[in-house]
Amino acid sequence: MNGSLAAERRNKAILSVILGVICVIYVLPVLAVLINSFKLNTFVKTDTFALPTGEMWAGMDNFIKGMTFGNYPFWDSVKYSVVITVLSTALILVGTSMAAWYIARVDSLFCRILYFLCVFSMVVPFQMVMFTLSNTADQLHLNTPWTIPVVYLGFGAGLAIFMFVGFVKSIPLEIEEAAAIDGCGPVRTFFMVVVPMLKPTMISVGILEIMWVWNDYLLPSLVLDLEKYRTITIHIQYLKGSYGTVDLGATMALILLAIIPVIVFYLTCQKHIIKGVAAGAVKG
Amino acid sequence: MKHKKPARGNTICRSTRKWFPLFLGPVVAAFIIGFVWPFLQGIYLSFCQFKLIADAKPIGIGNYVRAFQDASFTHAFWYTALFTVVSMVLINVLAFTVAYVLTQNIKGSNLFRTVFFMPNLIGGIVLGHIWSMIFDGILGKFGTSIVMDSKYGFWGLIILMCWQQIGYMMIIYIAGLQAVPEDMLEAARIDGATKSQALFKVTIPNVMPSITICMFLSLTNGFKLFDQNLALTNGYPIITQPGGVAIKTTEMLALNIYTTYNNTSLNAHGTAQAKAVIFFILVAGLGLAQLAYTRKKEVQQ
Repeated sequence: MNGSLAAERRNKAILSVILGVICVIYVLPVLAVLINSFKLNTFVKTDTFALPTGEMWAGMDNFIKGMTFGNYPFWDSVKYSVVITVLSTALILVGTSMAAWYIARVDSLFCRILYFLCVFSMVVPFQMVMFTLSNTADQLHLNTPWTIPVVYLGFGAGLAIFMFVGFVKSIPLEIEEAAAIDGCGPVRTFFMVVVPMLKPTMISVGILEIMWVWNDYLLPSLVLDLEKYRTITIHIQYLKGSYGTVDLGATMALILLAIIPVIVFYLTCQKHIIKGVAAGAVKG
Repeated sequence: MKHKKPARGNTICRSTRKWFPLFLGPVVAAFIIGFVWPFLQGIYLSFCQFKLIADAKPIGIGNYVRAFQDASFTHAFWYTALFTVVSMVLINVLAFTVAYVLTQNIKGSNLFRTVFFMPNLIGGIVLGHIWSMIFDGILGKFGTSIVMDSKYGFWGLIILMCWQQIGYMMIIYIAGLQAVPEDMLEAARIDGATKSQALFKVTIPNVMPSITICMFLSLTNGFKLFDQNLALTNGYPIITQPGGVAIKTTEMLALNIYTTYNNTSLNAHGTAQAKAVIFFILVAGLGLAQLAYTRKKEVQQ
């Protein structure tokens, strides 16, 4: 018995070491971005995995080049990415939680049709609506960072409403009835009684939406007026996808700047993020 | 108790009903702008010839005929299907293995979980550019590059997707594995089952729901893939078929639709919209199959 226990402990230690090695391999791509963002462009292709020492060292040149590329200030794209992500997430959370509560509590044909359409919209790929949606958004002047959240609310409502309705249906009606008997109108009942109970779902939905909107490329690149407004992702795609010689060093510098906030965000709210993503997976 | 339910629902229902404009108004308006109207217009336009929506002129099913005759579209379909199947199998096998090992009470499993999940948060475009640098760094040593051979593009995208998605599926599998009743495994052990017998006869049947979810997720993710495909190879290399038709060999369906839109020929927009409708039917078919399957499972439980 003792022998097999020792053997098991040894096996587990070996597994830990193997997983540790895999972990190191797993973070290598991110480390490659880090070292290449400080490397002169000509060496990124030839010495991708070498440390940027000696003649390869580029200092902050890549960052400066990347931030001024195409006469488009990088900080503007940071600003627009933040504006779009924050506004869209806030709008989706407020709008869809209210709609979901109404749909779950009011039993009408319209609500049932709307709910069906929401579920239906979850299986529609963006390519189906990309041309017509960008056209509609253009006509309605939804092509700025301050108005594009309406497009995100419209196209992203499905999953959020689906998740909220699922949760509201699990809340016992008695709590809201008690509030009504105590004299609360529907609006106060929703904001004072239902919203606090929705908080865990709000965090899950919020994290899913933040990750979607922050990383999204196709929707903003088709909807936004690209002369004036670019998100970080669009800026990176322009830098790499532009014709002529691609400045890989500058691309890596921008990618590094783009993923640092994501990794900080992940390490600070890791628990919520993993829970939220897992909750979103169970759609359907 | 059960029969009372509709009557009880009425108090909240009746008092809330008239607040329709406040609760539903904004979402319904945005939903029409962002989904319903573009969707209906998209179906209509797939039967039209147009450059601008204002001059759309109905031409029947011509766009669909052109879409099916387009060799690049059929190539993209088979390429997507192959990619989806290979990535689905690899991602799920690897993710399940990692999840299984991590639930065996080993040291540092929290750290490993954190690291494996991390790539999920990085967007597809950024991931594509990171990996194209890495692959070109390796392949450059042999005097080639990821856009030189479609084999490199295919396996490169597979590696990228595994790197991104294993952590995600792993989280779902860990949740499933942790829900397997401990006494069941205990009973199997007492009855003399070996570790692998316990895994295949007790653990795997119990995590079937997680396996189903992950299979469908990786299936639809693979099918709808766009950002990573665009950033990693953008469909290159191009080969010219005997008939003079140029085909982007590593182009998947979503990217093929996008490329068609950017074509300048007279029928390009209409054909792209028709392709988009076909693509929608394929993706929706997969999604509905998933819904039906999970519903059936729920009834059984």
